Amino acid sequence: MEDVVTTNGWTLVCDLEDIVPNTGVCALVDDEQVAVFRIGEHELYAIDNFDPNADAYVLSRGLIGSLGERVVVASPIYKQHFDLRTGECLEAPEHSVRAWKVQLQGDHILLGQPAR
Amino acid sequence: MTMKLLVIGNGMVGHKLLEELMERQPPGLEITVLCEESRPAYDRVHLSEFFSGKSADDLSLVKPGFFDQPGIQLRLAAQATHIDRQQKRVTTADGEVLTYDKVVFATGSKPFVPPIPGNERSGCFVYRTIDDLLAMQEWGKRSKVGVVVGGGLLGLECAKALRDLGLETHVVEFAPRLMAVQVDDIGGQVLRRKIEELGVTVHTGKSTVEIIDGDSAHQRMKFADGSYLDTDMIVFSAGIRPRDELARQCELGVGERGGIHVDNYCRTRDWDVYAIGECAYWGGKTFGLVAPGYDMARVVAAHLCALLERKQALQLPEFVGADMSTKLKLMGVDVASLGDAHGTTPGSRSYQFSDERRQVYKKLVVSGDGKQLLGGVLVGDASEYGTLLQMMLNGIELPESPEFLILPTPDGNAKPGLGVDALPVSAQICSCNNVSKGQLCDAVCAGATSIGELKAVTKAGTTCGGCVPLVTQIMKAEMKRQGLAVNNHLCEHFAFSRQELYHLVRVERIKHFDELLARHGKGLGCDICKPVAASILASCWNEFVLQKEHASLQDSNDYFLANIQKDGTYSVVPRMPGGEVTPDGLIAVGAIAKKYSLYTKITGGQRVDMFGARLEQLPLIWEELIAAGFESGHAYGKSLRTVKSCVGSTWCRYGVQDSVGAAIDLENRYKGLRSPHKLKMAVSGCTRECAEAQGKDVGVIATEKGWNLYVCGNGGMKPRHAELLAGDLDTPTLIKYIDRFLMFYIRTADRLQRTSVWRDNLEGGLDYLKDVIVHDKLGLADELEAEMQLVIDTYECEWKKAVADPQTRKRFQHFVNSHAPDSNVVFVAERGQIRPATSEEKRSRRIPASVVTE
Repeated sequence: MEDVVTTNGWTLVCDLEDIVPNTGVCALVDDEQVAVFRIGEHELYAIDNFDPNADAYVLSRGLIGSLGERVVVASPIYKQHFDLRTGECLEAPEHSVRAWKVQLQGDHILLGQPAR
Repeated sequence: MTMKLLVIGNGMVGHKLLEELMERQPPGLEITVLCEESRPAYDRVHLSEFFSGKSADDLSLVKPGFFDQPGIQLRLAAQATHIDRQQKRVTTADGEVLTYDKVVFATGSKPFVPPIPGNERSGCFVYRTIDDLLAMQEWGKRSKVGVVVGGGLLGLECAKALRDLGLETHVVEFAPRLMAVQVDDIGGQVLRRKIEELGVTVHTGKSTVEIIDGDSAHQRMKFADGSYLDTDMIVFSAGIRPRDELARQCELGVGERGGIHVDNYCRTRDWDVYAIGECAYWGGKTFGLVAPGYDMARVVAAHLCALLERKQALQLPEFVGADMSTKLKLMGVDVASLGDAHGTTPGSRSYQFSDERRQVYKKLVVSGDGKQLLGGVLVGDASEYGTLLQMMLNGIELPESPEFLILPTPDGNAKPGLGVDALPVSAQICSCNNVSKGQLCDAVCAGATSIGELKAVTKAGTTCGGCVPLVTQIMKAEMKRQGLAVNNHLCEHFAFSRQELYHLVRVERIKHFDELLARHGKGLGCDICKPVAASILASCWNEFVLQKEHASLQDSNDYFLANIQKDGTYSVVPRMPGGEVTPDGLIAVGAIAKKYSLYTKITGGQRVDMFGARLEQLPLIWEELIAAGFESGHAYGKSLRTVKSCVGSTWCRYGVQDSVGAAIDLENRYKGLRSPHKLKMAVSGCTRECAEAQGKDVGVIATEKGWNLYVCGNGGMKPRHAELLAGDLDTPTLIKYIDRFLMFYIRTADRLQRTSVWRDNLEGGLDYLKDVIVHDKLGLADELEAEMQLVIDTYECEWKKAVADPQTRKRFQHFVNSHAPDSNVVFVAERGQIRPATSEEKRSRRIPASVVTE
C-alpha cells in the first residue's frame, strides 16, 4: 500500500481487516515506526514501535491485555507493559514511549501525530 | 583465641556438626576431619535407594565447595587408631600424628555380626557403607538366592536391596516376629504377611548354628532346629554396636552394651573430648536414629562456639534425650512405632484395630485416665503418624473416644485429625532438623509459600521426609490465616489456578479464549492468562495455534513460530528427531542458512539453530526447509523440544538397545504437544548414559531387559536428577507410562512449572506419582492415554500450515504499509558469521556486514 497523506496531517496506513483482532501491526510513517493495535472490532491504539528497554523495534508484536483499567501491551522481549493510551511504561516510567493519534474512517485506519 | 578441633568420623551426624559450625563461622576455629571411608558424608537413611537407581553422588550430603572453605580440612581414608589424652594427640593408621584442643567422636556404629562359625566365608556381607553395597552388588551379579540375617528395621531395608538386585530373598530372624523392638505380635504378623506377599520368604524363631558349603548354592545355613537353607550370599543385619574402641582404649568410660558416656553437653569425662551420634551413651542408652544425633551435633556446635566466644554456659542448649518414634516404608509397606508401643507403662490401656483384608493394623496406647497418648503401632497404613506423634509429644488431651483416631471413616474420607491449629508454636515438627511450627509459620510469613521454598528455607522435611505432610498442612493453614488464602489465581482476569482452568476447559468443552473469558473471567486478559489459555486449548483440542480465534493469544514466539532474539530478529530450528540427520539434510540446512545469511549454531538438544532471520524471511526460509523434508522443531513453544539420544546398539560396542530408534519414535509421538512449560527428553542405549537422560523431564535408559523410565529431571539453573519411575519396561508399556505421565503433568502443573518443580511440590512425592502412573490408583490411566492419543492423531506441522495459508502468511511482514525491512536490524561479521551490531556500532552507522549471499 502506498503512503497517502491527507490534507490535515493524517496518514492512511492500512485497512481494519489488515489487523487481526486483539493484535498489533507496525506502520512506517515519515521514517518512523508506529505500532498500531486493534482491540475487539473497532477500538484502535497507536504507540511507538520502539521498546527502549530492549533497544529494538518490537512493540507491535507484544501481547495485548488489560491491567485494572489500563489497556496495555507487553513487550515480547522483556515483558514490560506499556499503556496503550499514554505510552507509559509501567515497570520503568523512564522508558515510556509516545502515544500516537489514530482514527478509523470507514474501513481505513489513519495515523496522526504523536501526542506531545 | 584459636581452637584446633579434631572431628573423628564424617558420617551423617559428624557432618551435621561441621555444617552447624561452619554456619556460625566462629573466629579462630580450625577443624580437621578424619573420615575412614574413601568418600565424605552421605545419606545412610536412604542407603537402599542405591539399588533402586541412586548413585553415590546422589546420596552425598556434602554441598559443593563445602570442604574448600577456609578453616576446615578433610582427610579421606584416614582412620584414627590411637588417642593420647595427656598429650592431646591422635595417631592415624598411616602413622600421622595430629594434635588437638578439642576432639569430637562421631564414629557411629558397626554392624553386629553374630558369632556363628563360618560367618567370615566369602559371600558373607554386612550392610552399612557404600563400599559394602558395591561388594554386595558385585557378588549379587553371580547369585540367585540371598539371605538377610536379622528381621529388624535395617534387615528389612536390606531385604529390599537384595530384592532390587533381582535375588530370591529370605529373611532369617532369631526372635519370633519381625521388628521385635518396634512392633507387637499382631503388628509383626501383619507386617510378615505383607512382606511375604512381595516375594520375600520370612523365617522367624530361627537360630543359625553354622555356615558351611551348600549343595545347590554357595553356602548352607544350618539352624538349631535341624533345618537348613542354601543360599549364594548372606548379609548380616542383626543390629549395630557403637564404635567405641578408641574410647575404651583411653579409658573414657563406656556403657554396658557399648557407647561412650556423655553428659548433657555431650562431653565425656574428659571435657576436651565429646561424643555424638550412635557412638554416644546418654541416660543409660544409645540412640540409633539420625534425629537425636543431629540434636547432639547442634548441642556440641553451640558449646564449642560458646567456648570460643567465652559466653556464659547458662543459655546453652542441652541434650535432653529423644523420642524414638519412627515411621518408615519397608518395601512399600508403611510401618510406624510411637513411644510406648508395647504398653509397658503401668495402668496403660490400649485400643487396637485390624483389617485382614487390607492388611492394616493399628494400635494406640493411652494413659489410665484415657487423656494422654503414650504410644502406638501402625502397620500397612501410617497416615495418622504425624498427628499421633504431635498429640503424644505435646501432651494434647485425647478426645472422648480416642479409638476414632485410628478407625477408618465410613465414607473413606480423611479423618479431621487434630487441626494443626491445636499444636503449640513450639511443637517440633521436623525432628531431624529441629524445626518448630513457629519457625515454619515465620518462613511462610517471609514469603515461602510453596512446599519447595519452605523446605529450602527451613530445611524441614529434607532429611527423612516423614514430616512433609504435616509441614504442608501447617503451611496451608498459615497462608489461610494470613489471608494469603493460598491464592493460586492465575492473574487478575481469572480467579482460578491453571489446573482449575484446565478442568473447566475439559469439562465444559470450551474451545476458544473468548468463551473462557466470558464464562469464567473478566477484563481483556493479559500476557499471563492468554498464553496459558492457548496452551491449555492446544493440549486439549490441538487446533492450529494460528487460526483466527487463537492467534491473538500467542506469545510473539508462538505467533511467528520462531524464537525472538534481542534485536527483534528470529531464530529458526527445524526438527531433527533423535538428533539424526542425513548428509542431504545437513547440506540443505547449510545451503538455506547461507542463502539467507543466517548465523548457525549446534544446540544442546542435538540440532541446528539458525539466527538472524527477519520476519519477512521466515515463510521463505520455511518453504525451503519443508521442501528439503524438515518440519517445525517447536523451539518456540512451551512444548516438546527434543529427544536427545546416544548412538545406541546399532553402532556402539556397549549399547544394549536401539536408543536412536526409540528417541526418534518418542520425538515423533510427542512433537507439537503443548504443555505448561517446555519438555525435554533423552534416550540412552546403556547404563553409561551418554544422552544424559537423568537430566531431562523424561529420561529413558536401556537395560538388558528393556527400558528404565526416569522422570522429573532438570538441568539449567537448578539441576535435579530424574527419579526412577519404573524399570525394565517393554516398549509398549514404556510409551503407555510416558503418555500418562505427560498428560498428568499437563493436567495438574502450574503455569511455567517444569516437571522438576512440579514433582517437588507434589504431595506424596514419587510414591504418589508411581501410584498414579504405574498402579493407576486414581483410575485415570485410560483417560490420560486417550487424551494423549487425540493430540497425537491431530498433529500437523505448524509451518506447513502457515506457509500454505495466505491469511497467516500476510502477517510475516515488518511493516503493514511497506515491504521495506526494519532498518534498525544491523549485523556485523564475527568469526565468519553475522552477529547483531551493538548499540555503539549502530550509532556509528557501520555498514552492514557483507556476508556473501547467493
